[in-house]
Formats: sequence, structure tokens, C-alpha cells
Amino acid sequence: MSWFEKTAEAPAHVPTEAIWAVCPGCKAYIAKDAWRAADKVCPRCNHHARLGCRERVALLTDAGSFKELNPEVSFNDPLRFTDSTGAYADKAKATIAKVGVGEAVLTGTAAIEKIPVVLAVMDFAFMGGSLGSGTGERILLAAEKAVALKRPLIIVSASGGARMHEGIVSLMQMAKTCAAIARVKEAGLPYFSILTDPTTGGVSASYAMVGDLNIAEPKALIGFAGRRVIEQTIKQKLPEDFQTAEYTLAHGFLDHIVPRKEMKAFLANVLRYAGF
Amino acid sequence: MAKKTQAKLSPWDIVQIARHAERPNIGDYLRLLCDDFVELHGDRLFGDDRGMIGGFATIGGERVMLIGHRKGRGIDENIEANFGMASPEGYRKAMRLMRLAEKYGLPVVTFVDTPGAYPGSEAEARGQAEAIAHNLEFMSTLKTPIIVVVCGEGGSGGALGIAVGDRILMLQNAVYSVISPEGCASILWRDGTKAALAAETLKITAGSLKELGIIDEIVPEPAGGAHTDPAAAVAAVKKAVLANLAVLKKLPLDKLVEQRYAKFSAMGRF
Repeated sequence: MSWFEKTAEAPAHVPTEAIWAVCPGCKAYIAKDAWRAADKVCPRCNHHARLGCRERVALLTDAGSFKELNPEVSFNDPLRFTDSTGAYADKAKATIAKVGVGEAVLTGTAAIEKIPVVLAVMDFAFMGGSLGSGTGERILLAAEKAVALKRPLIIVSASGGARMHEGIVSLMQMAKTCAAIARVKEAGLPYFSILTDPTTGGVSASYAMVGDLNIAEPKALIGFAGRRVIEQTIKQKLPEDFQTAEYTLAHGFLDHIVPRKEMKAFLANVLRYAGF
Repeated sequence: MAKKTQAKLSPWDIVQIARHAERPNIGDYLRLLCDDFVELHGDRLFGDDRGMIGGFATIGGERVMLIGHRKGRGIDENIEANFGMASPEGYRKAMRLMRLAEKYGLPVVTFVDTPGAYPGSEAEARGQAEAIAHNLEFMSTLKTPIIVVVCGEGGSGGALGIAVGDRILMLQNAVYSVISPEGCASILWRDGTKAALAAETLKITAGSLKELGIIDEIVPEPAGGAHTDPAAAVAAVKKAVLANLAVLKKLPLDKLVEQRYAKFSAMGRF
């Protein structure tokens, strides 16, 4: 390997996080400005790193068009859940303060190349994007808003699955959100699901998989059960590409894999095919 | 454990009863509950899942479409049925039969008894998530009454995949949970031996779920659990199913579907 092909290394004695971003995929150091300019897509390996919900909204919608819906809907703690690391309610409140959104999904009305839509964007930074009662309620209200306004519904998923801290109530959000999606479809309105890294468990097994179109970002992890659980079940190592977007598309469950920088234009185009 | 009175049973004790090898399973319900059963096989897409069975059934003179997880009894049946862990084919067969039920005007009765949907590589390849997701969506609008009986283990999404209904009945010693107590303990406590504590914390027993508004009715079991007297246990289920069926059959279908939407919409509003 020639010196100029080598992965850049962090210079010594410099606070790396101030200057460099590290690609979670190939571990390359990328200058922070370049990383931001590329919308957190690695210029070396094309890894699509996770985005916060507001970053995603900025990327997909016309500037200034997004108006948040139901910011008052937040988490519930029906089980008064506490585990070895503390109370769920405390963790959820700390997360809200840290992430700056009241639940694992941000919903609102918006325009995509001037086409009015209702948009819901999940945020993995909010307790792993887990599906809690507040998440489910926000998605249901967004779907009902789409029906009321006769607009297409677009949901961007990023989630490890159900939120265990809310127990059975979180499981029921799968049924609740799917019932709301069914109404969007019955109204003849488009529902597009965008699956980003990761979309697994109870979210893949509910609204994320039932889009009129299922669209994913490259290499996103998409699946039902976790890799380790499956490996323990079948007592075999799984191939590297198992449960990637590419694997999921090859097995017939995705319509298209779209790179991040092309997603907005792609959505506008397919929305026009859907009559909008 | 059988000697403990019901009031003294811990959630973890109830998990053991729910998983008991002799607990009445779908085979017992078919034998003791149904006057007639015509099994309908296959999803018409890939195969016939033996971990999920269904068909035309007659219960106390009422014709229904009966669908349920099948754990099997004895190791040969357990293996054939994959211990009640259904594959995508199972969920798609269930949906096919529910479509038929809607077409023929038959109510649907489902029996939930699974540790969870099968977490295997083939199940992933054939779309376990998609199969369950479509059932959730489809069942929310099905224009025929749906009665769900959680009779053993209600294991997460694998249970919910046939458990969206108008009336959710649950046997006294059944459990229904977003994750197994063992799984929850190993993830949130990082200690699999904390399963009993997780079972307590997760609120997975019939009494807790009734309080949370997740289930509608608790079906009583004989003292010591349904396995101590299967005939009596099944008789109680029969009585509950027929009583609920009589009520649901009187509702116009559009009102029924509207009420089902309202029921699930309200879950998680406090």
C-alpha cells in the first residue's frame, strides 16, 4: 500500500472530535466539514451513517416547509419500569433533553419539491429508536392527519424494535400503527416507507414493511430477529451481507435502494407517479 | 407449585404453568372444543407451516375459522411444529384463511401459544417481518368478528401476528409479553438469571394485562392450572368464546371494524 492510499490517521495531541469524524463503517478519519457536506455519507466506503431526525427532515423537505405535529405527545411509563441501571422515566426525560425531541419519532407536515406530504422521521439516538406508546401515538396521529389532509404519508424508520420498558403496551403499538396505515391506504393515499440503518424487530414487523413502496438506504440493517439470536438458533455463522438492504432487496422485500443524496428527488419523482 | 394458591403464584410461577408440557394446546382444543374440524393447509406461496394450523371448525354449533399456533406434544411433534415458533408461511397461511373467513362470513377464533416467531435465517430470507406486519395491517380491517384466545405463551410479535381482534381473552395462567423474561433480563439487567424479576417487572400476567386495558376478559382455570383438568379448562374457554361470539355477531360489520380501530388506537393513551 502506498502512503497516499493509507487511511488517514488522527494527528497526535489534537482533540480529534473537533476536527475529524470517524466513519462508523471503515473507521476512516474524515474532516468534519467534508463529513457534514456529504450528509454523513463516507466518501471512502459509502457508509450511510445514522442521522438525527431534524437532519433528515432538512435533507428531505423544502426549506422552511416542515411544521411539527403533536409535540405534546411524549412517552408513558405504564409499568413504572426500573431495571438495574435505573428508572425508565428518568432515562426517557434525560433522552428528551439530550436529543431535543419528545419521542423517538418527529412528525409533521412538509413539502417535498412543493408536493405537500405528512412526514414521520424516527431518531435512533432516542433510546435506539424504540417504539414506545408515544412513538406509536405520534405515528397514528400523523397517519390520521394524512387522511384528513388527503396527503401522502412518508415514514423514515430507524429503530431496534419495541421499547421493552413499556412492556406489552409497546408491543400493541405495532398493531396500532398498522391499523392507522391501513386507513391511509383505504383512503387511496400513498404510503412510502423508508428503511434506514437499522430497521429491525417490532418496527420492521409493523409499519416499516408495509409501504406501497419500501425504500432503503444502502447497506442499512433490515431484519426481524437479531443476528446473534439467529446464530444461536441455527448454530451457524451468518454471511456478512445477511440482513443488509441489498439482501432484503434481493429477497423481494424492497422496491429500491436509494443513496442519501438522491432520496429527496427520488421521493418527488415517485410521488408524481402516485398522482401528486 | 401446584400446592400454592393462585393468589400466591408469582409471575415467574405463572410463566412455568403457561409453558407446562401438559398444558392444553391447540391439539387439545381441537379435540375437546370442536365438534368438527377441517384443516386447511398451506400458504399457496411456499409451504405448509406445522407450527401454525387452521381450518373450518364448529364450536358449540357455531361455524368458525379456527387458527392457532401449534407447539405439539412429545418431542417428535415439538420438532415437527418447531415448538410453536411459526415461520412466514404460517403467518401467510393464517392470513389466507382469514380472507376466506371474511368471504364466507365466518368469525375467526385464534389461539395464541408461541415462544415467538421463528428467529432463523430461512425465516428472515422469506420475510418474517413482512409476514407479521401484513397480518397486523390486514386484521385491523377484516370484515368479520375476530376473537383471540391467549391460551399459553403470548410471545411478542409472533403472538401479535394472529392476535389483533375484537375481543382478547386470556387464560388465567397464560402470559403475554413484548419479550421473554429471560431475554429482557439478559438485555436490560445483563443477567439471564434475573428472569423472575423481569417477569415481575414486565407485567405479563392476565391480571396485569386486564388492568392495562390490553385484554378484555380473563378465562378462569382449574386450581393448579389448566393441565390439572384439561376438560374443565377447555369448557371454560368454550363458554367464553361462545358468549363473546353471540355479542359480536349482532354488530354490523362496519361498526365492528370501527370499534376494533378505536380499541387499538387507544392502547398506549393514558
